[in-house]
Amino acid sequence: MDACIVDYGLGNLFSLQKVFRFLGAKVEVTDDPVKIRSANKLILPGVGAFEDGIHNLKKTGLDIAIKDFVQTGKPLLGICLGMQLLMDESEENGLFQGLGIIPGRVVRLEGPGPEDMPYKIPHVGWNRVFYPQSKEKLLQPWDGTIFGHLKDGSFIYFVHSYQVVPSDQSVILSETVYGRNRFCSALQRGSLYACQFHPEVSGGAGLQIMDNFLKIVK
Amino acid sequence: MSVIRVIPRLDIKGPNLVKGVHLEGLRVLGKAEHFANKYFQQGADEILYIDTVASLYGRDNLLDIVRRSAENIFVPLTAGGGIRSIEDIRSLLRAGADKVAINTGAIQNPHLISESSRMFGAQCIVISICAKHRGKGDYEAWTDNARERSGKNVFDWACQAVDLGAGELLITCIDQEGTSKGYDIDLVRRIADSVSVPVIACGGAGLSQHCLEVIRDGHADALCAASIFHYCELEELQSREQYQEEGNVEFLKKSRDTMGFLKNRLHPINIPDLKVYLQTHGVNCRMLESTEEVKSEHCQKFMQ
Repeated sequence: MDACIVDYGLGNLFSLQKVFRFLGAKVEVTDDPVKIRSANKLILPGVGAFEDGIHNLKKTGLDIAIKDFVQTGKPLLGICLGMQLLMDESEENGLFQGLGIIPGRVVRLEGPGPEDMPYKIPHVGWNRVFYPQSKEKLLQPWDGTIFGHLKDGSFIYFVHSYQVVPSDQSVILSETVYGRNRFCSALQRGSLYACQFHPEVSGGAGLQIMDNFLKIVK
Repeated sequence: MSVIRVIPRLDIKGPNLVKGVHLEGLRVLGKAEHFANKYFQQGADEILYIDTVASLYGRDNLLDIVRRSAENIFVPLTAGGGIRSIEDIRSLLRAGADKVAINTGAIQNPHLISESSRMFGAQCIVISICAKHRGKGDYEAWTDNARERSGKNVFDWACQAVDLGAGELLITCIDQEGTSKGYDIDLVRRIADSVSVPVIACGGAGLSQHCLEVIRDGHADALCAASIFHYCELEELQSREQYQEEGNVEFLKKSRDTMGFLKNRLHPINIPDLKVYLQTHGVNCRMLESTEEVKSEHCQKFMQ
């Protein structure tokens, strides 16, 4: 089995499975903590509310299994809500503790001010991923990461109202600009990756990202 | 400025792609998956399938088409037609749809919006509103693929649907649909300016300029069009003499006549050319990467 997809009852996993089929990878959708601990690679997907997500993970003991998996240093990819759940806490509909794997918070995207061109929250649709400002001086900051072979400014599909703000800026792998927000659209710490966008519906660029993830070795 | 989306709309009846005028008088154009695949490869930002007869004959055809075409499409796929229950939504998502578009089922039971939005996430609940002008800037929402009136005011219904949890609104103007006379800009703008969620404008695109207007003046977040893309693809099929396999031969043979009244108004264009047009007029679009930038063998295979 190449990878396991964590099933905690949130989100549509069919598009994700379809991408892996297309790429010829064997993946298993599972809610079994034993399989998750021993997976070669782990995908933490998810759409919906942070509160529901963390609640479901804790209720089933998957939160511990995911933390154990992270300890092994094997590759993990958090997608959308799956990215947000990795953080310390989220201010979505209150204040909720996350998995605390990546230090930082989840906060709402800032809406337009009176002087701004109007834009909507949620941020739905295609947008660009850029090299993070802190890494712009590096020649090829994406080489060997999940963004390998992608060029600065590639288009990816987003659906979200909240953004991740990591405490440590150096984990930021890409940034995306939406209205007043320049937010962290992907992060990396070692083999741990997370993205706010949905690579499974992001055309050729998304396939490239998933293919890169499958090829990452610890 | 945000990146707008270009969404081809595929109305289906049985296994076929069809196109009507005012959502009636359907003509068969060809196999639905052929068109969906082509549009995906050309850089469609999303694909919309609407089963025009699902509310009359059930949704099995829609499920089949979604299942067959979803396998090779890696942009969001929205499916609609005859959705009445949570179970209907679940089966479409399981077949490979990323979002569902609901009209009649939501008007008859607005609770379906809140329930499905909570269960599957607002991002996959698109409320489809078919609007018909009833004079003096007043519009009524119609149901059953524009066969029945609901009595509901479109603007009130749009706001209510968003309050209940709709993630996006698909606004089709029945009066303009299939006429190639252009979108109903006023209708789209009034809704787009009053709701917090993205608005997809649909119905009436015959020229590239119409598409530009509905974004620039109608403030739509996405544009949806059918004939303008379908006829472009049909012309290409004809020129490659492939239409005997893919297209409706009878229709194509006499297409010049049957298109009759559309001939002067409809100027077919493909998705890449439309995007270039929009881009040169200051509208942000997602342009496809050229093949050499996508090096993975899998993706290269697929991008070509």
